[in-house]
Amino acid sequence: MKIAVCIRRVPSTETTVKVAADGKTLDPAGVEYIVSPFDEIALEEGLRVKEKLGAEGNEVIAVTVGPAEAATTLRTCLAMGADKAILLKDDKLYQRAPYEIAQGLSAALKELAPDIIFFGKQAVDDDNSQVPTITAQLLNLPFVGLIVKLDLAGKTATVQREIDGGKEVLEVVLPAVFSAQKGLNEPRYPSLKGIMAAKKKPMEEKAANITANTLEVLKMEYPPSRPPGKIVGKGVEAVPELVKLLKEEAKII
Amino acid sequence: MPNPILVFVENKDGTLKKGAIEALSEAKRLSDALKSEVVALVIGNNLGSAAKEPAFYGATKVLTVEGAAFGHYTTAPYTKAMVAAFNKVKPDAILFPATLNGKDLAGSVAGALGTSALQDVISINADGGTLTARRPVYAGKAIITVKALKAPSIISLRPKMFTAAKSDQSKQSQVEKLDVAIDANDQRVKVKEVLKAATAKIELTEADIIVSGGRGMKGPEHYKIIEELAAILKAAVGASRAAVDAGWRPHEDQVGQTGKTVCPTMYVACGISGAIQHLAGMSSSKCIVAINKDPEAPIFKVANYGIVGDLFEVVPALANELKKNQG
Ligand SMILES: Cc1cc2nc3c(=O)[nH]c(=O)nc-3n(C[C@H](O)[C@H](O)[C@H](O)COP(=O)(O)OP(=O)(O)OC[C@H]3O[C@@H](n4cnc5c(N)ncnc54)[C@H](O)[C@@H]3O)c2cc1C
Repeated sequence: MKIAVCIRRVPSTETTVKVAADGKTLDPAGVEYIVSPFDEIALEEGLRVKEKLGAEGNEVIAVTVGPAEAATTLRTCLAMGADKAILLKDDKLYQRAPYEIAQGLSAALKELAPDIIFFGKQAVDDDNSQVPTITAQLLNLPFVGLIVKLDLAGKTATVQREIDGGKEVLEVVLPAVFSAQKGLNEPRYPSLKGIMAAKKKPMEEKAANITANTLEVLKMEYPPSRPPGKIVGKGVEAVPELVKLLKEEAKII
Repeated sequence: MPNPILVFVENKDGTLKKGAIEALSEAKRLSDALKSEVVALVIGNNLGSAAKEPAFYGATKVLTVEGAAFGHYTTAPYTKAMVAAFNKVKPDAILFPATLNGKDLAGSVAGALGTSALQDVISINADGGTLTARRPVYAGKAIITVKALKAPSIISLRPKMFTAAKSDQSKQSQVEKLDVAIDANDQRVKVKEVLKAATAKIELTEADIIVSGGRGMKGPEHYKIIEELAAILKAAVGASRAAVDAGWRPHEDQVGQTGKTVCPTMYVACGISGAIQHLAGMSSSKCIVAINKDPEAPIFKVANYGIVGDLFEVVPALANELKKNQG
């Protein structure tokens, strides 16, 4: 079975966002980059599927659209256990809209023809949550988002997905595209052995095939700042005062 | 007159979702500004009165797609229904509630129409006839203003950020049934079973009040006091990642950058330090109350009201005081 996992290089979740001089993008100075946390979950699931099926004839391929530096992100995926990686080079990643990224990915994925394509449910930088489903559209493959459990039997996958107020069990015929929600698994850390092995694993690089242009960012700004915090008091003695403030000042209760 | 605004009216067995009402209300506001009209699309197997209600919020026309293939949400048949409605009315914009299924569908419809969706939008501007929308990025650490370069603008609206209009039950609109043919290709995904949460929980993203517990809770058994406080406030229960990773609470309760983004009227953080990833998910709450024994905890920097103290004493005392207040 061929398993493709789509990865995005994102600023670390610790990043304090600074708007760049253009007033539209993130100032990249001092920003550290990581594998988007939901993509780690997606990769972990790919590795687990392969481990269950056995190494013979099964492979996990990490694919990303991104700048040359995204090779580092893919090395992390190889260190976690992916067999090979494909970097679809694109210097404008952070100005690209979801359709454009899906276009780049789907062109490469069509050639690969994987049995399963995993994504994280959303990238934690642009929070767009749609590249997985657009990719499925472009490849004419079935799609299930937000999966929290996956079982395979031959060419059929049984998955659970999160819905508002509960979960749902679905059956899907492969090939298919899935997006991973937290709870699906706990991603592993790359081992020292994995990091050494990653250096020798193949990484293909080619230009991302992107022609679309669907959205324009006009401005990036900070959210309204919150008023400075206020300590009502200490311990249980402060409780009546808190209730009074919630009632009379905040008018919430 | 410009082309209409189409709204995906998400419903559950014929009952409109709150978010769908918010989307209809916002569509009406925009259509007044643009001098266009609102067309609603209702999809399902058992529509009940769902086809009548969009008129109460300003829809002048309702399209329905009904059938066994639409009984449960799956991406492909719903996308086909939306595209059929798009071809019928050629809207300038399509609005969705940014619920889990609404976001899924908005993205898929965007893909089918060769464009991108603007997800989780918090405000829309129609000045000068062009739609621009504001949406949070980096889990709310910044907000961008975006416009679609290709029609239609496909926009999902973050729940609770848009005001729902009062329903005017005297209003009626024309209802038209659309026939959408579903083939085997659209049915490669089948819903086998729906697993409801054990207790009827209030949705975090829809809740007016959330009481959240973090690592300071020390163990799953102590969430009893959080649940008691939540019951009095008619609140949903949330958790920090530390509490979820410890296995004290289910993943779907996590608030933060890799959990749910919430914007309730009041968020009560108990034993939560206020890490940047947690703040990212809840700092747009209207009022934040923090209970923490560490006066230096970063949560106090964003809290409107803080109590420095042991949550095992303060939380039950707060529950008691509120009960007294309710008489
Ligand atoms: C990639 C990534 C993504 C993440 N995503 C999220 C996310 O989505 N959501 C999230 O929450 N975190 C997230 N985190 C984790 C985040 O960095 C913090 O580790 C986490 O939020 C800490 O949870 P906490 O505040 O409950 O625990 P702690 O930081 O351990 O804080 C516990 C607090 O409880 C207080 N306390 C202890 N006992 C008592 C008592 N008896 N009475 C009163 N107060 C008490 C302490 O003073 C302390 O302030 C993420 C981290 C990473 C790296």
